[in-house]
Amino acid sequence: MKIIVVLKMVPDVVEELEVASDGKSLSTDFLRLIVNERDAHALEAALLIKERHGGSVIVVGHEAPEIEEVLFSALAKGADRAIKVTGGAAEMTARGAALLLAKLLPTIPGVLPADLILTGCQALDDLDGQTAPLLACALNLPYLGLVSRIEADPAAQKATVAKEYAGGVHGEFEVPLPAVLGIQGAEKPPRYVPVAKVRAATKSQKLESVAIPAAEESMPTHVEVLQLSKPESTGHAEMLEGTPEELAGKVCEILAGRGLL
Amino acid sequence: MGHLATPPIKTSCEITLENLWQTAEGRKVLTCIQCGTCAGTCPYGEVMDYPPRRIIGMLRAGLLEEVYVSESLLNCVACYACKAKCPRGIDLTGVLLPLVKEQVLLHVPEMPVELQKALENTLRYGNPMGESPRKRAAWAKTAGVPIRVFSEDARTADVLWFVECYNSFYPRGQNISRATAKLFHILGVDFAILGNEEKCAGECGRLSWETGLSNTLMEYNMALLAKYRFHRIVTSSPHAYDAFKYRYPVLGFNYTLEQTVPFLFSYLEHLKPRLKRKLNYRVTYHDSCCLGRHNNYYEEPRELLRAIPGMQLVEMTHNRINTICCGGGGGGMWLDTYYKTKNQERLSERRAREAVATGADVLAVACDYEVSRFEDALKVLGADKKMVVKDVTELLAEALED
Repeated sequence: MKIIVVLKMVPDVVEELEVASDGKSLSTDFLRLIVNERDAHALEAALLIKERHGGSVIVVGHEAPEIEEVLFSALAKGADRAIKVTGGAAEMTARGAALLLAKLLPTIPGVLPADLILTGCQALDDLDGQTAPLLACALNLPYLGLVSRIEADPAAQKATVAKEYAGGVHGEFEVPLPAVLGIQGAEKPPRYVPVAKVRAATKSQKLESVAIPAAEESMPTHVEVLQLSKPESTGHAEMLEGTPEELAGKVCEILAGRGLL
Repeated sequence: MGHLATPPIKTSCEITLENLWQTAEGRKVLTCIQCGTCAGTCPYGEVMDYPPRRIIGMLRAGLLEEVYVSESLLNCVACYACKAKCPRGIDLTGVLLPLVKEQVLLHVPEMPVELQKALENTLRYGNPMGESPRKRAAWAKTAGVPIRVFSEDARTADVLWFVECYNSFYPRGQNISRATAKLFHILGVDFAILGNEEKCAGECGRLSWETGLSNTLMEYNMALLAKYRFHRIVTSSPHAYDAFKYRYPVLGFNYTLEQTVPFLFSYLEHLKPRLKRKLNYRVTYHDSCCLGRHNNYYEEPRELLRAIPGMQLVEMTHNRINTICCGGGGGGMWLDTYYKTKNQERLSERRAREAVATGADVLAVACDYEVSRFEDALKVLGADKKMVVKDVTELLAEALED
């Protein structure tokens, strides 16, 4: 089976996020990027399918700080090809990224047709989870999101897929391949890859580089960010102080005052 | 045992399972008489499918690959008990076991999640907690004494104080750092810290089977140390001490190195008159594996404790070379959830029980892993009201106030 995995880098919230001086974007002074967690699960799901059914895994990502390490790490984990897409705006809307990928993938030798295209169903900066379904749409392929399990049947060119709903409900679907699947979680957590293996991959393997054609560089965006700001608190918790007796009295006062006693 | 008097071997990172027989340490492995002392003294020996003795047996029989796919070595906490007791003086903990463990890492079908996270965090953020490196020196702001950071003031210092992860990020560890800073200050030590530039020394990477990780950290730290000028390195962490002493020399590390406890011991003449406050504690001292068994510092911490007025020292059944590991080494710090799934009692609980049995009020420790491990163990045993855990430096600092 041939599986394409689309990865992207998102802000790492371990660092405090600050708004830039333009008031519309994140300050990059101390910003670090990390691979989207759902995309890491998509890669794991792809590797599990490869282990079960054979085939190849192709990883694709738009250039961004630290993405090279992510791509080499994917190769060290067992991916067969890693493609870095260069050019274009650093920040793309979900729609922009999806349309761009849909235009680019058919032009890269040996990539399409694929049996499955896996990517995270959501990202920190794509909470609506738009990229994956828009990509499917642009490629004219079926889409299922919030996927937590994939049972591929390469001979019959279909897959049985578990999709998560709210309230702990699961749906089971059968989808013909090729298809795009938005991954919520792989069956197992993303595997560990020893640092020595990644270092070895960095030395012995190569990343492919594909440039976005100049014509596609300026994509019209229909959404413009007006302002980016941190949430302002409208209230705070009131901290009560005093001896245990005083505190008990205050708590009673508050409860009585709200008609709860 | 005679071989304890000989200085521990500085092992080279260049030893591999392939070239083992060409090295002196490797050839020593061949002298194993299969007596089983290692397995008998190992704190988790009874749950291992392959204790050290059997690993050597498998190695000799050409069956070592069976050990790679076993979870047995997940139980090794790198406590040096086997090495210390081996009648042949084979460096199991330092040489053979890490080499086999590295292969286990590559072959184990499922890696415990907690351990994986700790290793990934250490690579990415320089600490296993996954905290922002920019918060590493935040504790210094409330230390109460001036603390110089090399990146802000690069003048030569007498001492580069390598604080390490747990003493930077964990609240209890931060207390220990503040106590240490206070002691350095009143002793007039001219010191500076690396602050947010500091990253894990990488000892647990080595003994947790991740040589790629520890090599990455070693390269980083060697470059960082080369940026600044100082006469010696003092580290609070016995694990970092071990890393610098036994692993870093292969990258050219030749700085004068001390751990906090022997360092403070060397100042005892100046320190003793300042220990004015009487602390009427019955205290039992837990010998750390790295500081004690591996590096022979048994009496220095005890002398420091005895210098505190009012302290009454009692010994646990297993003390000095016979100490029972807290379970934090060799990756054990991040395997508690794994041991729980195997229904194995944590070593920290086993040891805490022994501590409580002495009737002491205070369990004194000197290693950055131990405070949180023993506090947790005492809570689990329901003994946290009977006994508290304090680092030697915390007790000394407490005795300073009058």
